[in-house]
Amino acid sequence: MPIHDQGYQRYVGDRARTGAAWQVIARAGIRTVLAERRFLALLLLAWAPFLVRAVQVYVAANYSQASFLQPKGETFREFLETQAVFVFFITIYVGAGLIASDRRANALQLYLAKPLSRWEYVAGKMAVLLTLLVSVTFLPAMMLLVVQIGFAGSFTFIANNIYLLPAITLYSLLQVLLASSTMLALSSLSKSSRFVGVMYAGLIFFTGALFQAVRGITGQSWLAWLSPTDALEQLGDAIFRLPLRYDLPLWAAVGVVVGLIVASGVVLERRVRAVEVVS
Amino acid sequence: MQAPVPSHDGSGRPDGAAVVELRGVSVIYGRQMALREVSAAFPPGAVGLLGPNGAGKSTMLKALLGFVVPSQGEMRVLGLDVATSALDIRARLGYMPESDAHIPGMSAVAFVAYCGQLAGLPPADAMQRAHEVLYYVGLGEARYRNVETYSTGMKQRIKLAQALVHDPDLLFLDEPTNGMDPKGRDEMLELIRDLAHNKGVNLIVSSHLLPDIEFTCDHVIVMDKGAVATQGALDAVRGPQGRVFELRVKDGAERMLELLTAAGYEVHDSQEDVMRVFVPGEAGAEPIFRLAAANGLQVRHLKQSVPTLEDAFARAVGAE
Repeated sequence: MPIHDQGYQRYVGDRARTGAAWQVIARAGIRTVLAERRFLALLLLAWAPFLVRAVQVYVAANYSQASFLQPKGETFREFLETQAVFVFFITIYVGAGLIASDRRANALQLYLAKPLSRWEYVAGKMAVLLTLLVSVTFLPAMMLLVVQIGFAGSFTFIANNIYLLPAITLYSLLQVLLASSTMLALSSLSKSSRFVGVMYAGLIFFTGALFQAVRGITGQSWLAWLSPTDALEQLGDAIFRLPLRYDLPLWAAVGVVVGLIVASGVVLERRVRAVEVVS
Repeated sequence: MQAPVPSHDGSGRPDGAAVVELRGVSVIYGRQMALREVSAAFPPGAVGLLGPNGAGKSTMLKALLGFVVPSQGEMRVLGLDVATSALDIRARLGYMPESDAHIPGMSAVAFVAYCGQLAGLPPADAMQRAHEVLYYVGLGEARYRNVETYSTGMKQRIKLAQALVHDPDLLFLDEPTNGMDPKGRDEMLELIRDLAHNKGVNLIVSSHLLPDIEFTCDHVIVMDKGAVATQGALDAVRGPQGRVFELRVKDGAERMLELLTAAGYEVHDSQEDVMRVFVPGEAGAEPIFRLAAANGLQVRHLKQSVPTLEDAFARAVGAE
């Protein structure tokens, strides 16, 4: 008789309740991305503007000659606008292959044969992108607030600009939600992550260029609804209590952002399936 | 053949009750009817789902997994309704798909452990089970290699490993020996047989290969054109008692075929002049000799064989 039977054994341990599998997908996805040096380099680069702003806050707080560098509410709006560049690159780097690679490897049928729903699968994939995007938008913006409090040695700034807490939260949320949902929807449309990356970049640049071209011809800035990025910027101005940069009504800007998120949901509902039926 | 070990699925179903039941299930893809009012009961143990390509075997498995929604009918798996309890069912199911499938960018052991976690196992248990299951399917030495570098046979094995890692009560194996070399195929069939007969795992093997079903299963459901052609215990499906003879005659195969058919014998599978003739009862080969002699045909080869599932299959789907 063998000391230890290496054959198949029945499992008698615990099992998690259904509904928690999205966390497994999210953890695995984040771990995989963080193991890549190229991504870590991109992440470090994305924190460079934070360091610059932190130095600005330090200098303004400690040298009276540099009081013109004193942060304002607008500073945080500008900071998040700068981070949009990194949101764009991280969305492409991380998001393009999230569903496309699974489609290429026929992995959807493996996922969906396990006790998880299609929406749990999407939630797990989205959590990967949301977490990494939040780490270059909401997190550094909030840390900048903490740094300001630390260097100034008082809560005066935050007390005078208390709206910044919900403003940073809401704007960051809209920024990362729009990028994540759009990218996941595009990723579900193809088996090639490169093609998905090109599609996303095309969508951002083409709509932006279209708006600028039409604006240049007509002189009308309410046409900003043509570009989701510009519609989001318009919303950002309103959220940070700044003068609006376009004539686009707020309800229209909200409509563009929410519409794109809803449209992405519809695409995902149709594309994330274990069986692809070609009629 | 060894008696199946009683399964421990904990469903509270009475012993011997069907693990899978379908009642009047139809599945339509666009204009194509993939399943036509299928009613079938899969008893515990190993059940073969047999049929030619396009018979609806894979569609049936996908409907049972909840991947496709039937246009009509009812399905129950392990006593649970597929329409309302798909997630609970999938927690107790293992599925080995027909096509190549893996999670990209992972080593074999990470992939299988990941599948275990998705099925609800804690991370440490999932990793331990992944190592055990990979040894069991014969991939122990290759478990740290990236799955994308695996050969076709190894990919089949790892699909079985990911289906097994969470210790399912019921396994769906869709064409498990696809693309495997003869040695690998034999090993895969041994594994399937061991799971069903020694480990107490109920399984459904979908295949178009008759020998695979004969080797691994106790029951069979034969499908053709989206409908169940016949079903039952393997011995019963093999057909009535009698003898099957392999027959070859000199310069007159077609004539002999006509004569035998006209005389009321079942004749299948005329390949390279060899036909299989089913002679019911205990009559033996004498009637065949008499018929040949009476018509001036010379018998060159006559060999008795056991009625196989192939005969039953041909009978069930009406093929010659």
